[in-house]
Amino acid sequence: MAQKNIYTITVFTENETGLTSRVVSIFTRRHINIESLTTSHSSIPDIYRFTIVVQTSEEMVIKLVAQLEKQIDVIKAFYYEDDEIVYQEIALYKVPTKVFAHNTKVENLIRKHNARILEIEPEYIVIEKTGHYEETQALLEELKEIGIFEFVRSGRVAITKPMERLNKYLKSLGERVKV
Amino acid sequence: MDANQPIVAETNTSSTKTPLKISGAEAVLRCLIEEGMDTIFGYPGGAIMPVYDVLYSYQDQIQHVLPRHEQGAIHAAQGFARVTRKTGVCMATSGPGAMNLITGLGDAMLDSTPLVCITGQVFSKLLGSDAFQETDVVGCTMPVTKWNYQITKAEEIPQVFAKAFYIANSGRPGPVVIDITKNAQLDMMNFQYEKRNFIRSYRPLPILDEEKLKEAAKLINTAEKPYILAGHGIQIAHAQEAFKSFVEKTGIPVGCTIHGLSSLPSDHPLYTGMLGMHGNYGPNLKQNECDVLIAIGMRFDDRVTGNLDKYVKQAKVIHIEIDSSEINKNVYAHVPIHGDAKMALDALMPLVNEKSYPGWLQEFRDCDVIEKTKVIDRDLQPSKKNEIRMGMVVREVSDQTEGKAIVATDVGQHQMYAARYYEYKGTNQWVSSGGAGTMGFGLPAAFGAKYANPEREVVAFIGDGGFQMTIQELGMCSQWNKGVKIVLLDNNYLGMVRQWQQLFFDRRYSSVALENPDFLKIAEGFGVPGRKITQPEELKDAVAEMIAHDGPFLLHVMVEKEDNIFPMVPSGKSISEIILSPEEL
Repeated sequence: MAQKNIYTITVFTENETGLTSRVVSIFTRRHINIESLTTSHSSIPDIYRFTIVVQTSEEMVIKLVAQLEKQIDVIKAFYYEDDEIVYQEIALYKVPTKVFAHNTKVENLIRKHNARILEIEPEYIVIEKTGHYEETQALLEELKEIGIFEFVRSGRVAITKPMERLNKYLKSLGERVKV
Repeated sequence: MDANQPIVAETNTSSTKTPLKISGAEAVLRCLIEEGMDTIFGYPGGAIMPVYDVLYSYQDQIQHVLPRHEQGAIHAAQGFARVTRKTGVCMATSGPGAMNLITGLGDAMLDSTPLVCITGQVFSKLLGSDAFQETDVVGCTMPVTKWNYQITKAEEIPQVFAKAFYIANSGRPGPVVIDITKNAQLDMMNFQYEKRNFIRSYRPLPILDEEKLKEAAKLINTAEKPYILAGHGIQIAHAQEAFKSFVEKTGIPVGCTIHGLSSLPSDHPLYTGMLGMHGNYGPNLKQNECDVLIAIGMRFDDRVTGNLDKYVKQAKVIHIEIDSSEINKNVYAHVPIHGDAKMALDALMPLVNEKSYPGWLQEFRDCDVIEKTKVIDRDLQPSKKNEIRMGMVVREVSDQTEGKAIVATDVGQHQMYAARYYEYKGTNQWVSSGGAGTMGFGLPAAFGAKYANPEREVVAFIGDGGFQMTIQELGMCSQWNKGVKIVLLDNNYLGMVRQWQQLFFDRRYSSVALENPDFLKIAEGFGVPGRKITQPEELKDAVAEMIAHDGPFLLHVMVEKEDNIFPMVPSGKSISEIILSPEEL
């Protein structure tokens, strides 16, 4: 069995209804679990980007990228290992306000984890922490000991370390059309 | 103006310069005309009625063919597309109408068949409300379409149709679904049509890589035992002539995939037979001995490769393929050539040397002798009980049609016999369900092929199981008096499943015996004449009678009940482990 790694796949697409289903089905029909999926605009007008994290073999991720690119409304897809990208996740924690009262522990936690407070209400406080999985998880583990109402973590967003290949690709496409 | 009359614009049908105010429903038909389409295989219903209403006024420009089930419509459109290589157009209503297309869509997707399927949908304000006959058609058809789209506004129609036709029949062809809400059909819009030939995110025609071509030519020129696998892509690319020239110059023996049949005449000196689970002996055995394998327009389906771990490990593989996701999907390509088969062959032609491989070719001929003695001679003569064998029927039809007919088939043993024993001497002759193996495909697909090519003989080989899946399409054949010649090979069994049960499940015949109706009476009820034969002596005369008949005809042939199709690469085995008889299991 080929070795499994974490891969981040970036998919640049047109903005079409239903494309998310098409993208997701490429993974589900192969029984591959998507660890996280995030969509947003890209730096180019009208082009959207999906950031998908999967744990699989390189052989499979190459096939997944080929299948993604086969979709009509997908412009280009790339895959990266963790050392080729800068990536972040965001986590929000809702904790009871009372744990802050007469207690410096929480304050220390927030300082230690470089987290910040977003909102303070009589009943609860919302803390935000961005970072890698291990970092947001570490804060969660510590807050669990004190008491926590709610926790949520986003999917990964990633910027590639190599210069964006899409621009180059689009440029070459433009040149081809002119020919 | 009478409110009940459809609004039909009085203009010519050439490319529209000034916008016309017409209904979305009329725009749908105008789009088809702009794309050069003159036939719709379709079935009406509530949500598509506005289009049918306008169709009434367009009968002089668009012929509508009514099947007896939507599955019949889509398979007919597939048959039409497969022999013309033009896009087949299919239409159905929302909900069940659309869902009945799904089998055909999946089939067309796997067999790279260009289709544009139009489905009606409930009013857009009702979407998601579980309205009458509402189904999420875009969601349902997503995995079985090359592209699909839901139109909710009339003004979207021209651009979506232009995109759909471009996508369906460019690159690797495939089915496209356009779902149109009823309000979009009823609303008025300004019609202006422009054909598409560019979509930013879609590159159907790759630019050939010169370096790869040179690498491929070098491999080909220095090979000692090269072998060509000819796939569907050759005929899709209209590359038959280029392919023949390439084969003759390089002198390389050729094996065809099932959809590659009729890309090279089967009596060509370099043709060695069919690949695959029930393909010929030599092509299977010798693939694992070749040193360079040139795969053209094919996708290394598991029915072709057998066990991948033991498949052509000794060879350098050159893979010419238009769909880049197929390259390295199943078999690693040492030299991938991403491109259209015709363009690639034309580009390779000046780079390859004139050669011949008499010794290597002889190895295939030696295999042919073994296969002839152990399999073919047996298949082409009556059983010990003097029953007709399927191979005899196929060969008789082949002889009497001089190898020139279009051969449509259903799925099962008879399909393999039709592939093996018909001697293909033309092009675009094979209309069968390969990737999906869709029972019920044969009759409506044969109709579509005959409809597209009335001057050509179309013979449909169908088993008694598959026939009953779409038997109602005898009505379509009869209504249009299209002379599809139906050869029903009846063994009272679901033969292929029975064969597997015999060979791999200790002869436990689970739910494969058929209690059949009187097929001739059924055909007669539909107005289709026929003849039933049970004796080998009747075969020649019966086939002649069928071919001489003007119009559809059913030749009902009772064949040996427990006949098995061989050779066979048992499931999970290597192609080198191909067997010629059950004793070898």
